[in-house]
Amino acid sequence: MTEYIIQAAYLAASILFILGLKSLTRPDSARRGMQQAAVGMLLAIVGTLLHHEIVRYDWIIGGLVVGTVIGIPLGFMVPMTAMPQRIAISHMFGALAATLVGIVEYREAAGSIDTVRMGALGFEVLFGALTVTGSFMAFGKLQELVPGRPVTYPGQNAVNIALFVTTIGMLVYVVLHPLAAGVFYAMIGFAFLIGIFMVLPIGGADMPVVISLLNSYAGLASSATGFAIGNNVLIIAGALDGASGFLLSVLMSKAMNRSFGNVLFGAFGGSPAATVKTTEGLVVRPIGADDAALQLAYAKLVIVVPGYGMAVAQAQHQVRELATLIEKHGGEVKYAIHPVAGRMPGHMNVLLAEADVPYDRLYDMDEINDEFERADVGLVIGANDVVNPAARTDKGSPIYGMPILNVDKAHSIIVLKRSMNPGFAGIENELFYDPKTSMLFGDAKTSLTRLVAAVKNL
Amino acid sequence: MTPLDVVEIYVFVLAAFVGYQVITRVPPLLHTPLMSATNAISGISLVGSLVAAGSNHGTLSALLGAIAVASATINVVGGFIITDRMLKMFRRADKIERPAAPRG
Repeated sequence: MTEYIIQAAYLAASILFILGLKSLTRPDSARRGMQQAAVGMLLAIVGTLLHHEIVRYDWIIGGLVVGTVIGIPLGFMVPMTAMPQRIAISHMFGALAATLVGIVEYREAAGSIDTVRMGALGFEVLFGALTVTGSFMAFGKLQELVPGRPVTYPGQNAVNIALFVTTIGMLVYVVLHPLAAGVFYAMIGFAFLIGIFMVLPIGGADMPVVISLLNSYAGLASSATGFAIGNNVLIIAGALDGASGFLLSVLMSKAMNRSFGNVLFGAFGGSPAATVKTTEGLVVRPIGADDAALQLAYAKLVIVVPGYGMAVAQAQHQVRELATLIEKHGGEVKYAIHPVAGRMPGHMNVLLAEADVPYDRLYDMDEINDEFERADVGLVIGANDVVNPAARTDKGSPIYGMPILNVDKAHSIIVLKRSMNPGFAGIENELFYDPKTSMLFGDAKTSLTRLVAAVKNL
Repeated sequence: MTPLDVVEIYVFVLAAFVGYQVITRVPPLLHTPLMSATNAISGISLVGSLVAAGSNHGTLSALLGAIAVASATINVVGGFIITDRMLKMFRRADKIERPAAPRG
């Protein structure tokens, strides 16, 4: 009888999870849908506590208390600007849980396990372990604990491939000989190394793909746990998570016109020599805040293009303030969001929503690209590669073929930028030398504050 | 392979299929909440962790299980809270002007 209650709870949870994800297709319904998914989670937990194998509650209560004490501040206190790190570290926690469950399961069942379950168990700890260290590295890079730049050395790909092949070999061996505990634990150690080495050569601009990929791995680890212990709700939730992460990685890769393999094995910025040539003899037109304010205040349509620079400067509130002033002067303000702007999928949307920018003003690349021709001002705030026309024209550029925002089609362009240093990918941007472009140098937040003051004085 | 495993593979494939179909329709606008939502949902590994921590398997297994419970709980608690916090911020223009009006 208890078993039926548990299964009913799991089934209800699975349905609520799917409905929760479905609610995310519309911003208006999303909040309630996710609250229902949380109820689903509660059902699954309560159902599990009825499980006949659970005979003592002291360790469980300890774990739940510690997790809640850490989870609540991570939920309530982390600022929106730290969201990429927050997401990366939560992949680590999810994968750590899956790995540890796998180890416990192995310790208890290695003697009696069949080949199929052992295979699932192997995948579980393999995906889990590499996601633990991979996510921690991603977290470290985003939090700037380790250098954000790609770390490369000669023979890197050969080392990675050798490591990967060895680990797969160990997996096969362990599946065939489940009692070889030494190989099992060594495999986990190697998987930890794969996670580190996989993320080491990846630069900040590629983070959206990596975070999505790790999201997918964490999901697959959960699913594998489900296979290993014969639990359907784990299989379902893991599959949903895995599908979501996979889909996001595909979208992010497409938005950069690169394949997974290229992101994972081809660290950016390998050939700086090819890109220096274009800047010789070109002039940059700096502009003062007063002149820029004049252009903005009398524009009919301003399209704002935010990038990672806006996130770093935490300038989203000043952007909103400036937009309100432009609207008071009778202009219209829209926001053009490139899929890989920032460090994770949807990064810019979250920041702008936090600053009370209505979501119906936020446009995806495909929705807004035709409108730049009508725009009086394209206001680029800390974005670089996603507006670089070289992606369209320069076959030698590392970002050639990447879909970009057509800011260069706007009547005039104002670029807010810290200095003339090339962006993260280390690529010169022709847009900055375009005769229609004016450069307003300085920290994005400071520049925007000056712009706001200047527009107010008009 | 026992018949049970075949059913599990069915479940996996169908869930991944449904997930893919549903998530394709999530607009890029909500991609960050989507990530944090799937993170919260992947806290379902708590279900496996609870059994690992609560079975009578000796101290080391119980300890590893308890750490797993804590990790998964962090994702469940933190994940759902932060997803809700984010989704709360996404509002249409007509829903924002009203609370902002008294200030100006």
